[in-house]
Formats: sequence, structure tokens, C-alpha cells
Amino acid sequence: MLTPADLGAIWLTLKLAGVTTLLLLLIGTPIAWWLARTRSVWKGPVGAVVALPIVLPPTVIGFYLLLLLGPNGPVGRFTEWAGIGLLPFSFGGLVVASVFYSMPFVVQPIQNAFEAIGERPLEAAATLRASPLDAFFSVAVPLAKPGFLTATILGFAHTVGEFGVVLMIGGNIPDKTRVVSVLIYDHVEALEYAQAHLLAGGMVVFSFIVLLALYMLNPTGRKRR
Amino acid sequence: MSIGAQFQLSFPGFSLDVDLDLPGRGVTALFGQSGCGKTTLLRCMAGLEHGSGRLEVNGEVWQDEARFVPTHQRPLGYVFQDARLFAHLDVRRNLDYGRRRTASTDFSRRDAIIDLLGLGPLLDRMPARLSGGEQQRVAIARALLTAPRLLLMDEPLASLDHARKQEFLPWLERLRDELDIPLIYVSHAPDEVARLADHIVVMEAGRTVAQGPLAEILARIDLPIRLGEDAGAVFAATVAERDAEWHLARVEFDGGELWVRDSGVPVGREVRVRVLARDVSIANSRHDDVSIMNLLPATVVAHAAEDHPSQVLVQLRVGGTLLLGRLTRRSAQRLDLAPGRDVWVQIKAVALIG
Repeated sequence: MLTPADLGAIWLTLKLAGVTTLLLLLIGTPIAWWLARTRSVWKGPVGAVVALPIVLPPTVIGFYLLLLLGPNGPVGRFTEWAGIGLLPFSFGGLVVASVFYSMPFVVQPIQNAFEAIGERPLEAAATLRASPLDAFFSVAVPLAKPGFLTATILGFAHTVGEFGVVLMIGGNIPDKTRVVSVLIYDHVEALEYAQAHLLAGGMVVFSFIVLLALYMLNPTGRKRR
Repeated sequence: MSIGAQFQLSFPGFSLDVDLDLPGRGVTALFGQSGCGKTTLLRCMAGLEHGSGRLEVNGEVWQDEARFVPTHQRPLGYVFQDARLFAHLDVRRNLDYGRRRTASTDFSRRDAIIDLLGLGPLLDRMPARLSGGEQQRVAIARALLTAPRLLLMDEPLASLDHARKQEFLPWLERLRDELDIPLIYVSHAPDEVARLADHIVVMEAGRTVAQGPLAEILARIDLPIRLGEDAGAVFAATVAERDAEWHLARVEFDGGELWVRDSGVPVGREVRVRVLARDVSIANSRHDDVSIMNLLPATVVAHAAEDHPSQVLVQLRVGGTLLLGRLTRRSAQRLDLAPGRDVWVQIKAVALIG
């Protein structure tokens, strides 16, 4: 059965995915809004940076984050100066890394939803006395609900499935940075195939259910007027 | 009470440059072909486009060199061509969206508007489950419920088919008669303009070609309004008599009387009459041996060439009213229709509109 170490890893994984998804919704929504509506020349570069984790090997992201957040990196010096300490090999470091790594999976669905809504309902809201901020919350966000749902599910699931970045930046510290995907690797290394099966099978079932929910809740070709 | 609007705005391939002085009440039609800039002008008035210029509505400045009041702070109602109801809200909450944001707590007014536009049975429906005409009625009510001081409508009938349009026009007429604020109405359809407008601005390629009272502008023949088959005069008349035997009604206007089909309008009611140029023929003497009922003495005022070289448009004065008649150039020459000549006009069809 599941050992306390397994349970600890599962809890840590869910916590990491939950915190990351929440942060990403807060950070990603304004970015998605800006990307969906801007005519700035920066739209291309910013969009490309956000999408980088889709194509880069996780080890590359992990490597640079390690340098950036480490004692000689600019961000590392700042966090030490600010009294937060160093982020690598801590839960905080995992969260920062996951936010970068899962960013496109949250930003892009929301951006697509905002783009599909377009300017029209917002103009209508303005003629009905809604300020831009009011129209954002009362019109854009509710109309983009399917996009937010997709973003939440994908962001959460993608963070749960992360391995390379975690290994690079967080290592393998039980109950601190050892998430399920890393623990499976450990089990296999130690030839504990039964334990590995349990966790790996659990991941397969979890991923399937998440994707099934996504497709059932959010059928493609939904009507939008 | 007036609306002063001056705007300059340029897009690649298009520029708008207008200077308008519109009445502060009644229905003003912005009329012109697609692409003439009438929607852009309306959007400038709403603050949805930021052109340079000045806008003053009944004494309040909404835009000048120094200030630009953002759309959401202008007390206006805007009805878009495509209704733009909020898809995530039912009809009731669509209607409440603007009303809540204007601190208007006048519920009797709310109910009156819902009644006026016949929305009672639709309140719990989602916009996706409404017909095009129903959506537009909701959009109009939604705009009115913000208690606007100016109502702007951008071709609200354009997305409706012919039958829906006929069903919808009476709602607009009721609205016009009840409304105490100015309505600016964009349209490229002469029949809508003839039915609804009191005042008209004719636009072409981003410029105004003419502006003035509807009857005066429609009866002009020197304007490049390409009305084609729809050219004709519109004027006011009063129902004087209804003949039950023949189902006809007699209407009196400044210049005489006309017999029209009795459409049930009571005696004494003021109506709007439209006589299309193609339904007017001209004779040098009175002929009583024709099937046409409406014969009126008239004086030729002017002619103008029509699109096709065989046709001319003749402007005629009947009492205090101007009519238009279309005939072939050959007939005009044969009858010697020089300005000042007294003739008889025979009117084949008269439409009571609105």
C-alpha cells in the first residue's frame, strides 16, 4: 500500500499544483488580456517568451532558473537581501519554477477566449455605463469562463506532471521538494516496481479523468455569438 | 435644444469630415450608402472612435479640444446593428445591466419600457433563444433603461429579413412617438428613413451632402442621392374621411386631397404620406377617363437627369407641397414641361407610412 513517503509526495504534488494554478490565474489573466488586445510591437516577443516552455526541454528551464535564483544569480541575491533566503531546493523555488513552466498552458486558453469575445461586447458595456474595469469583470471574465476552466485544468495537470524542472531546481528532498513524478523515478531506481506501479497507475488514472473532464465540460465547437 | 457635431477622422483609404447642426429632438436619419461613414460618425458621437472635433448635446460638451468624455460617462444609449446582448445573461439581467449602473431606480419607467417593446414574455430567456427582431427589441430597451439623453441607433433593422422588418417597424414608430430625447438613426434604406425620420443628413464618402427636414430634402432633385426606384416625396397629411363602401380613406394635405387605401387609421389622425416618383405621371390637361383616382393640378418647378439617359426626374409644386415625378425624356419634351408650366399630375399609388 501507500507508504507515508508516498502520501507525503502526493500531498506535496497537489499543494504545488494548487498554489501554482492559483498564482498563474492571477498573473496569467492580465498577461492574457494584454496579449489578446494589444496592438503593441511587444505582443510577438512577449507571446513567444510565454510559449517557450512548450518547446524547451524542462532541464533547460531548470538550469537557467537555478542560475538565476542561486546565490550568484540576480534574483538569488535579491531574495537573500530581502531576507527570504535562497529559493532553489525549497517549496518556494518549486512554485516559482512551476509558474514559469506551466505559464503557457494557463495564458493561452484565456488569451484565446478573450480574443474570441472581441471588442463588441465590451463596447456594448461601455455604452451601458460600465467602466473598463467593470466591463472586464462583468462581461469579459464571465464570457471567457470556458477558457478559464481549460486554463485551470491544464495548468493544474501540467504542474502535476512536471519532472525535469523539479529535479533541476528542487532536487529530491522528502516532504519538501519530492513530488510524485520524482518519487516514481526513485522507486524504479530502487527496483520497487510495486510502489512505482501504484503511483504511476494513479497518475495515468488522474490524467485521464482530468482530460475527460476537460473534453466533457468544454466541447469543441461551442457556440458563441 | 440642439446637437452640434464636428468630427475629422482618417483611416487608410477613408476620411470623415463633417460639421452637423442637428435638432435636439425628434428622429434624425444619417443616410447614405455602405461605406459612406455614417456608422463611423455615430461611433464618434458615442466616443467609441476618438476623432478630433467637438460634440455638444443639448448644452453639454462631450468632446472638444480639451476634453474627451469616455463612452461610459456619456449619458447615451447605443443600439448596435448586431444587438450585442450579453450571451451570459438572460433578458432580465441584460436589461438591468445598464439600469443598475445609472442609479435609475424608477421601476415604473422600467415596466413601461418593457411594455412598450413587448418584452414581458421574454424576460427569462437567454439571448441565444431569441429571434433577431426580439434581440433588437431587448437591445433598444436595454439602452433606454439607462435613461439616456441621446439615443443612437446603427441600422437596427439591417440584420432582419423582410418579414421581421415589417414586424419590427411598428415598434420603432411607437418608440419614436413616445420618446422625448433625440434619436439619431443610421440607415441606408430609403423606406425606413421615409417612415421614421423627421430630419435627414445625407452622407457620401465621409462628407455631408445635405441636411435638413425630411420632406424638404427628399423632394430635392439636385442631390446625388441615388435612391433609384425609391425616389419620391414624403409629406404630412390628415385623415379627413373614411369610405366604408369602397374601403378608401381621404387624406388632406397642403395642396389638396388624396384617396388612399383605408388602413384603419381614424379620422383626424395625422399621417405621413409617401408618393414615389415612378407612380406619378403628368398630363397637360385633366383626364377623367382614366382609372387613376388622384388627379391634382400642379406647376413644374425643375427637372434633373436620371441615371439612365432615357429618364428625367421632374419636381412639381402642388399647393405648398413638392412632389417628384419620373418620366421619359421624350415625354417631357413632347409635353413641353418647362419650369413654370401648369400641368395635371396623376398619382397611381399613395402609401400611408407611419
